[in-house]
Amino acid sequence: MTGSPFLESLSWLVDPVHWSGPDSIPLRTLEHLGYTALGVLVAALLAVPVGLYVGHTGRMKSLAVAAAGAARALPTLGLVTLFALLVGIGLTAPLLSFVILAIPSLLAGAYSAVESADPATVDAARAQGMTEWQILTRVELPLGMPLLVGGFRGATVQVVATAMLAAYVGSGGLGRYIFQGLGSQNYPQMIAGSLLVIALALLLDLALLLAQRLTAPPGARAS
Amino acid sequence: MTWVLENLDVIGGYTGAHLLQALPPILVAFLLSLPLAKLANSRGWLRTSVTTTSSLMYAIPSLPLFVLLPGLIGTGVRSPLNISIALSLYGLALMVPAAADAFRSVSRDVLGSATAQGYAPGARFFEVELPLAGPVLLAGVRVVAVSTISLVTVGGVLGVPSLGMLFVDGVRRGIAAEIAAGIVATVVLALLIDALLVLLGRAVMPWTRRQGVSRP
Repeated sequence: MTGSPFLESLSWLVDPVHWSGPDSIPLRTLEHLGYTALGVLVAALLAVPVGLYVGHTGRMKSLAVAAAGAARALPTLGLVTLFALLVGIGLTAPLLSFVILAIPSLLAGAYSAVESADPATVDAARAQGMTEWQILTRVELPLGMPLLVGGFRGATVQVVATAMLAAYVGSGGLGRYIFQGLGSQNYPQMIAGSLLVIALALLLDLALLLAQRLTAPPGARAS
Repeated sequence: MTWVLENLDVIGGYTGAHLLQALPPILVAFLLSLPLAKLANSRGWLRTSVTTTSSLMYAIPSLPLFVLLPGLIGTGVRSPLNISIALSLYGLALMVPAAADAFRSVSRDVLGSATAQGYAPGARFFEVELPLAGPVLLAGVRVVAVSTISLVTVGGVLGVPSLGMLFVDGVRRGIAAEIAAGIVATVVLALLIDALLVLLGRAVMPWTRRQGVSRP
């Protein structure tokens, strides 16, 4: 820490002015969490069923892998600005980019979760007369649950970062503080906003890491 | 499309600046990951903490890191160096666990045979262990390269010149074609570098040509 800007950002953070009103830290944090939850949920509704299908049947696997790889190259800021311009101000534009960017992690998490089950175990379940649906829900999914949660973890990290960039084109959330600070050349405020986003991202990541550990089936160690 | 044709020089200039910010972090992440991964593999507790630190590091969004670094190391917020240093950290966060996996994928028996044949530790590393870990290392570098090239664009909102400026400028002036051109240029650049890495991999690891190197 080289001193003043960080100290100033701390006093910005504890200033009561920033803890009430429409631009307050609690409200912006909730907004950010809301964006993240909505983006990940909508993406999960689309990606998880497809991922489970791909993982269980092994069909279209190369397509799913290629999609996950190609998505890594997609510049987040590009999607956010493009949708803002095409769709306009409102929730739809940022939500579109959240969903698109969250899908690859969730897809990869879902298919690798199902695929990670030992083929011998799956065959044994089939030999015992389990239906394909039972195999998926009672064998493959419980065994691969940590990997599926891992997909949610990756998607969450991605959407938290994207939600911050969405503030550049007028959305709410914690990114506001960074761009307001950038506009008014208030570096301590930019630092304060950055620290808040980092804290939120790390807390969510740790919570999902814990969920990953907790969902590991006793006796079997997936991943 | 007209916008693209009329502004090819602008796109070219930004592409150059983009590469100058993206290539050093990829190289730094690769070179530093080798000793760090060897070190991490040498102790069990170290490996666990490296994995945890890396995954947490990767959870930090890039823009806040771009904002914080100047205050910590004294670079300017608009300095390309600042972006490159931040991206080197992300590159390491991806590459160190990948390299640790790569070295662990080399069979201990093979290393033992090399020692028995009289390889000195240094020669054994460079002539046996490193080449055998090569395919997994290459897979790691490819992921680092693609994500680094994509992340450079975020610097655009701070005014650091890169293809990201096409997004910032496009949204300010309301030109969707400019933003679309930026997205396409970034993805194409990432795929080109990725293809170059694959070719480089085939050149330095001729034995992988047959089966091909798969993405992780």
